[in-house]
This record gives sequence, structure tokens and C-alpha cells, in this order.
Amino acid sequence: MAALFKARKALGLCLRGCRSLTQLAELPETHQLLRQTCRDYADRELMPIAGKLDKEHVFPAKQIHELGAMGVMAMEVPEELGGAGMDYLAYSLAMEEISRGCASTGAVVSVNNSLYIGPILKFGTEEQKKQWITPFTTGEKVGCFSLSEPGNGSDAGAASTLAHQEGDQWVLNGTKAWITNSWDASATVVFATTDKKLKHKGISAFLVPMPHPGLSLGKKEDKLGIKASSTANIILEDCRIPLENMLGPRGTGFKIAMQTLDCGRIGIAAQALGIAQAALDCAADYAHKRTAFGAPIGKLQAIQFKLADMAVAVESARLLTWKAAIFKDSNKPFIKEAAMAKLAASEAATYCSHQAIQVLGGMGYVTDMPAERHYRDARITEIYEGTSEIQRLVIAGQLLKEYQS
Amino acid sequence: MSGRVLVGVKRVIDYAVKIRVKPDNSGVVTDGVKHSMNPFCEIAVEEAVKLKEKKLIKEVVAVSCGPQQSQETIRTALAMGADRGIHVEVAGKDYETLGPLQVSKIMAALAKKEDAQLLILGKQAIDDDCNQTGQMTAALLDWPQGTFASEVSLDGDKVKVVREIDGGLETIKISTPAVLTADLRLNTPRYATLPNIMKAKKKKIANVKPADLGVDLTSRLEVLKVEEPPQREAGVKVETVEDLVGKLKETGRI
Repeated sequence: MAALFKARKALGLCLRGCRSLTQLAELPETHQLLRQTCRDYADRELMPIAGKLDKEHVFPAKQIHELGAMGVMAMEVPEELGGAGMDYLAYSLAMEEISRGCASTGAVVSVNNSLYIGPILKFGTEEQKKQWITPFTTGEKVGCFSLSEPGNGSDAGAASTLAHQEGDQWVLNGTKAWITNSWDASATVVFATTDKKLKHKGISAFLVPMPHPGLSLGKKEDKLGIKASSTANIILEDCRIPLENMLGPRGTGFKIAMQTLDCGRIGIAAQALGIAQAALDCAADYAHKRTAFGAPIGKLQAIQFKLADMAVAVESARLLTWKAAIFKDSNKPFIKEAAMAKLAASEAATYCSHQAIQVLGGMGYVTDMPAERHYRDARITEIYEGTSEIQRLVIAGQLLKEYQS
Repeated sequence: MSGRVLVGVKRVIDYAVKIRVKPDNSGVVTDGVKHSMNPFCEIAVEEAVKLKEKKLIKEVVAVSCGPQQSQETIRTALAMGADRGIHVEVAGKDYETLGPLQVSKIMAALAKKEDAQLLILGKQAIDDDCNQTGQMTAALLDWPQGTFASEVSLDGDKVKVVREIDGGLETIKISTPAVLTADLRLNTPRYATLPNIMKAKKKKIANVKPADLGVDLTSRLEVLKVEEPPQREAGVKVETVEDLVGKLKETGRI
């Protein structure tokens, strides 16, 4: 068995080295098959219930289990730990197709993969990986990521949640805000200040099981969109955890958070692509069927121009997303590309869903058609995992570095 | 018993696609149209993989007859758990006229060559709805057949099959080797898991030509014309039952 895994790893490394941008033109066969499988699942199992999940604010537990069985809840995790052992390009494809079916489900999948498992996979010890990743690969348990606070979102370096050592325990105190999956999670990665004087270099990361004494949840936020995923505050009051629950070395919390978000960006870009594509599909289908002035409205230039602009927005964002994923998989620098992808895709999602409602006219404004749900779901993609403003800062920062003489 | 099960999988236009007839009425438009595995073939693959998981059989071989693209269909079967594939290359004019008679000759030849214990097919394909290949293959091989299966259980060298028939359910027991065709309620096909999709890449697909199997692909059928079904016309509303009876008599319905 060990020899098989070694051979597989060698083959994988070899393939990754050969990977080039020709993949942007045509996906490899496995990725095509993967994309088709996720699309079939989304069409048959997610799309029919997405409206209901949105209306009733219900967590899609059954679907998350099924996605876990397929390997979608832990795509980057090696097979030895229970994951699918696939690359970030595969993850982007899966995320787009899942989100096209249901954006809320996409949010749950993304947070589990990129924000919860991501940092543990990168910075955790072997023991931590077994304890905190493996049970979260099957869809039975999901995790969440506690960075934002009521007092700081974009200003992540100003973490006011504190952690101090008492004997053989860490004691956490503070409040975290806007935590996706909070009401459905079985564990969280929490960022707290261990050395206030060191400012952002004094933040550390911790692993906290849920539920846990000293950890309580605020009320579920009543959101504009992605309503089937839960968002709430996490309140830590004298929350005690063993010393070995620290993730990574002391003081590396900020670095862990930033690196995690760099990767998470690609997943959210893919989610936004899914929403944008769903909006485009809705509008294009309607343009064929709705007649006005004696012909299907798809014959009118005003509608055609809208659809063309939507298609260009989606396709360009998609290529940016794939490029960022391929760069990450090839161990090339990808921070700028990931930020560009997230920025382009989230703005494409809001643009396409806005225009889709316009194409549908009155029908776009009512819940009978999914256009209004796409409009509401799209909006968050410009905000979470780094606002569009932060993305612009990141892109400019990386870009200016390139021009430094 | 060899413990080997052959499963036939057919590449057809996806069930969700709106079919359009070619302008020259020679057939339906297939270029650029989404294709996938015939749903009844998916059920057949699922049943074979289930038998292997229960350790009742040893190997599942997926077979498809068609052009280059049929390999995608075989890969889907491999991703669902089949061990290897056989692609019988049929392309061009031969593919346009390929029907149950030729396919059953190919299947019979392969079943003998591979020393198959079972041959499982979908009960029919959703493009031609022939519902003939399983039955013809069994006849050519002189093997027993369990068609329209909604339940299959292996018992030594015998197979118990519950068949869905017009009158209800019929249970038969047949000896292996045998041909089974899968009906809708036999099982619910699994979604391929991502690790299995990766593994499928390494499984072998052998290429075979019909001539190698001694099969003549000449068709005994000729398609004269393909038309759309008649457009549904508007109905007529009537006031009374007498009017209704009158109208039905008028249009020759009664």
C-alpha cells in the first residue's frame, strides 16, 4: 500500500511540474469527468431544493453528507487522511458547479474546505491533522473560521479576542462575528491575541471543538442571501482548551489567517462564478421563451447585448480563477491572481444577477423564478473573505512590487 | 465460475436535452449536443459494482460499442467502480446504422471470449427504445435471460431474478451464465466519488474492432424518415355533455 501511495505521489508531482496554461484552453479528462459529476449532482439534488432551503433557512445536512461521501468536503486533503487528494483546479470546478445549484451549499463547502481544513492541513501537526481533519472529511461534521470581530473585519490585525495561558490550558475571551457555519459546526479555528505588545505578530491560532464549555453562539443573523448557511457571533467566555490546541507556532496567527484567505479567495471566486453562471443560464433561457413585439426577446439587440456582456464577464472571471488555481497547484506565487479572480468573479456575480433580473422583467422580481435569489446570494461574494476594496489593495500591493526597480 | 461480469454501457443523448430533428429528416441532431450514459446502463453498472462489493463476483468489465467518444462513457463506468473497459470501435456510417442485432452479436462474442458469468445490460436505450439487445444476446448465446429485473440475487451458480411484468412481479431462478437486463427500480446508481474518478484514469480500456470478433455490421434495417411528433393542437371547449358526445361522434372518435 505504502509503495502504491509513493508511486502515486511521484506521478502526481511529475504531472504537476508539466502542468501548463494549456489547461486553460481545455481541461484534463479527469477534471472534465469531475466537473460533469458535480454538475449532475447539482442539477439533480441541489437545484430542485435551493429555493426551499433559501425560504426556510434550512442547513442542507443530507446534501452535505452526500457531498462528503463523494469527497467534495475535503478535496485537497490527502487520501490517507480521508480526503479526495485532488488539486485546487479540481476544487474550483467543483465549487462552481455546486454553487450553480445552490449558493448556500457552496458557502458551506467552501468554508469547510478552504477556511477550516485549509489552515490545519498547512500548519497542523500530524496528530492535529488526524484529530481535526479526518472526522471533517465525510460531511458528518463541518468546521468554521473565526477571525472577524464586531470591532474588526478588514482590520484583522486589531484582534481584541485575548488568549492567556493558565497552567496547562489556554483561556480564550472575546467575541467573534459573522462566522459562517457557526450553528452547524463541530469545531472552529479561532484567532486570538497572545501578546498585545507585538500587535499583529502577537496573534495566534487555536483549535476549539464545538460545543465546548465557555463557547456560546449568538443569534443567527437574518441575511439577505445564502440563507441556508448559518452566520452568527461566537462568544468566548473563559473558554479553556489544552495547550496542544494551538495551531502553528505562537504569534503566527496573522500569517496563518492571511495565507488561508489567499487560498479561500479562489474558492469564493468559484462560488461567485457559479452564481453568475446560474444567473446567465436563467436569463438566456428566458430570452428564448419570452415573446414580446411578436418574437422571442432573445432577438432584440438590447437583450443580446446584455447576455453578451454577462457571458464575457463570467468567462473572463473563470479564466482568472483557473489561472490562480493552476498557479497555486504549481507552487507558483498566486496571491495577486487569487485576489484578481475573487474581485472579478464577485463583481461578475453581482453584475450578471442584476442584469438577469432586468432581462426577466417583472418575473425577475418574484420568487417564482430563481433570478431574485441569485441577486441576493451574489451580494455577499463582494464582501466576505476580503472585501472588493481589500482585494484591490492586495492586487495593487503585488503589482507595485513587480515594478520596483 | 469465472466471477467476471460484463456490463454493456451505451452513449446516448442526455435525457434532459430537447431533441431536434435534422432538417433533412434523416435523423436527430447529435453534433454539439450533450451526451451521457444511458440511465438504464447506469443502473446495470451499479448492480454489477454492488455484486463485486458483496464479494459475490470478482471483476466488472464495462463494454461500449461506438465512436471515440464512447470511451468517456466507459470512463464513467470505471469511475463508478468497474475494473476495466472494452471499447468496440464503430464509427461513421457503421455507427449510424448500428442497432440491437449487431450489438448483440458483439456482446455474445465478447461474453464467450471473456468467459463471463453474467452479462448485465440496461433494459433499453432511451434513444431508440428498442428493448431488444439483451434478449437477442441471450438467444445467440443460448443463455437464460432475466429481463426487466427489479431485484437480483446470486445463489451459487444460480440467479434469482424478480421481473417487473404487466401483471405485477414475477420471480424466476435461472442458471449462470445468464443475461440480465436492468429495470428502473433495480437500484439507485451512485455518483462517482472524486477519488474513484482519479483512480479511473489508471484503469485499462482495451480497443477491439468488430471484425476481430468476426461480427458483420451490415444492417438489415433502413431508416426511411424521422419526424417530429405531431404538434399538440388547441382543444375545444363545449357547454354540455350532449355537445361533448356530439363532438366526439363528429370527429370519428366514437
